Amino acid sequence: MARKISILIVDDEESVRDSLYNWFLEDGFRVECAENAKKALTILESGQFDIVLADIKMPGMDGLEMLRRIKSLRSESIVIVMTAFATVDTAVKALKDGAFDYVTKPFDPDDLTHLIRNATKQISLADENETLKKKMISLENVEDLIGNSEAMKNLLREVENVAQTNSSVIITGESGTGKELVARAIHANSPRRFFPFVSVHCGALTESLLESELFGHEKGAFTGAMYNRKGRFEMADSGSIFLDEIATISSKMQVELLRVLESKTFIRVGGNKEISSDFRVICATNKDLKNMVEKGIFREDLFYRLNVVNIHIPPLRERIGDIPLLVDYFINKYCTSMNKPPATIDPAALKRLQEFNFPGNIRELENMIERAIVVGDGKKIGLKDLPLEKSFVSNTAESLEDFEKGFILQILNKYSWNISRTAKALKVDRVTLYNKIRKYELKPEN
Amino acid sequence: MNLPNITLVSFGYFDKSFLENISEAVQSEYRCSVYLREGHIDLSEFYDPTRRQYNGNKLLKLVDSMPFPDSLKIIGLFNVDIFVPILTFIFGQAFLNGRTGIASLYRFSNERYGIAGDSRFLQDRFKKEVIHELGHTFGLIHCPVMTCVMRSSTYVEDVDQKYQHLCLNCRARLEKQPDYPDSK
Repeated sequence: MARKISILIVDDEESVRDSLYNWFLEDGFRVECAENAKKALTILESGQFDIVLADIKMPGMDGLEMLRRIKSLRSESIVIVMTAFATVDTAVKALKDGAFDYVTKPFDPDDLTHLIRNATKQISLADENETLKKKMISLENVEDLIGNSEAMKNLLREVENVAQTNSSVIITGESGTGKELVARAIHANSPRRFFPFVSVHCGALTESLLESELFGHEKGAFTGAMYNRKGRFEMADSGSIFLDEIATISSKMQVELLRVLESKTFIRVGGNKEISSDFRVICATNKDLKNMVEKGIFREDLFYRLNVVNIHIPPLRERIGDIPLLVDYFINKYCTSMNKPPATIDPAALKRLQEFNFPGNIRELENMIERAIVVGDGKKIGLKDLPLEKSFVSNTAESLEDFEKGFILQILNKYSWNISRTAKALKVDRVTLYNKIRKYELKPEN
Repeated sequence: MNLPNITLVSFGYFDKSFLENISEAVQSEYRCSVYLREGHIDLSEFYDPTRRQYNGNKLLKLVDSMPFPDSLKIIGLFNVDIFVPILTFIFGQAFLNGRTGIASLYRFSNERYGIAGDSRFLQDRFKKEVIHELGHTFGLIHCPVMTCVMRSSTYVEDVDQKYQHLCLNCRARLEKQPDYPDSK
């Protein structure tokens, strides 16, 4: 511990003050004295002291009253109460009022040393805790949100602003843009960061499973419910709950969710006891919720309850300047995890990546880089290592037709010209696909 | 060559050769000349019958008030049990960065602890205590190094564990003190 511990000695006897003053000075502490409680409180108002060593019996305000006042100003203060006449009653009172210790004068020198050492240890732990908290903030901050573009800077500013509030957030963006990462960053920067971050993928669960997942269930609530189970709302108490793919929840779940958000209480499936939970809601979707509200698919009241703050993550193609940073990040990540020496990327390959459309956004880029490290020679990622060589959709497409042609060709190549699978991926029927192939005179390359 | 000096003032009976040994140890450690003097006071004025000990604060102030104009530092040597109000006993004390300190032999004799007397231990402990209190007068605070003479000692075993010399850090700090004669 680098800093000097400070001690304030409060005693009406000059000889006691002088002795303790000398003693602590010789131990390297910063020491000040006060002859009564009033003066001590004045000194404490103008500066902080790590330890206050105070006599109980003093004219005017006694040590116990002073202890109570110090604790009300600063609850973490270490106050050691001393007396020449120890009684169980005053000892209990002092400790109940928050005294760190209660000691009888005169002390054995070793006892005094131990006392101060224990107090110093406590201060050191508190200091270390503060330092660690700060480190955690910077580690958890936004290190996974890579990017120097204006779009990313704006995003980080929004995260910083909303994190400190308790407001519900809807994060929107295409698939693979990092919505969960943003949600985690919001939680990690919030006052709730020391409490759970609970994630629920609403799109992956049926209505009944989602209900059980969110609210928990009682034993026997349904077939297979062999135990009581806490729901995610309960687990997120004092923390944050992240509801991914919120647009996929059924109408019934929307009603249930609205009720929970408004009352912060719920009942487990099959239960009858009301449970309350204090959580902050962060949702994510790649759908246009407002449009869904207009079409009557998503409840308007729930939408406004959730959409207090909307953070939109731009697709990767709108921030191509961040691609080199992201590529470096993923190269480093996968080379480290695969125990390979650090690789570099060929400038031509990087350029092609920046021209690519990335419908799968960052997730797609990450997969490409991971694959390139696995299949490549390990030293330099080249065009041949990226699945862009033979077919890619360029962002330099001049017209919508060029764009469509290139995209259809890319998907056809991806599925080795399997018409059924390509049509399904493009969400068109086989006839439409055949027509497009004829229109653009597409042919397999081999 | 006139070196600034340290005066050791003994109060009560001390064996001459005992004092000379202490004086040599101090001279060797602080590289100053050391003078031995005898003090004559009525110690009963400093006796506290409720504690059955002698008031260390008052003794320190007394020694501090004594005129030794040619002395840089003064250490009063006692062989009575001394205390300060807040503690059950002390081995000695000094004014940090001041002129004066005191040291008592009383609690260094083995007989106090029911062990057979050993004059060698007694002398060693007392040398360390005197050198320790002098260190405080030169502005040195307690040192965490186990073997440094400036390490805080609450029991005789602690005193026995340390050497009678300053560690390198304390030596370096001492040599930076403006009032230390050999300062660099």
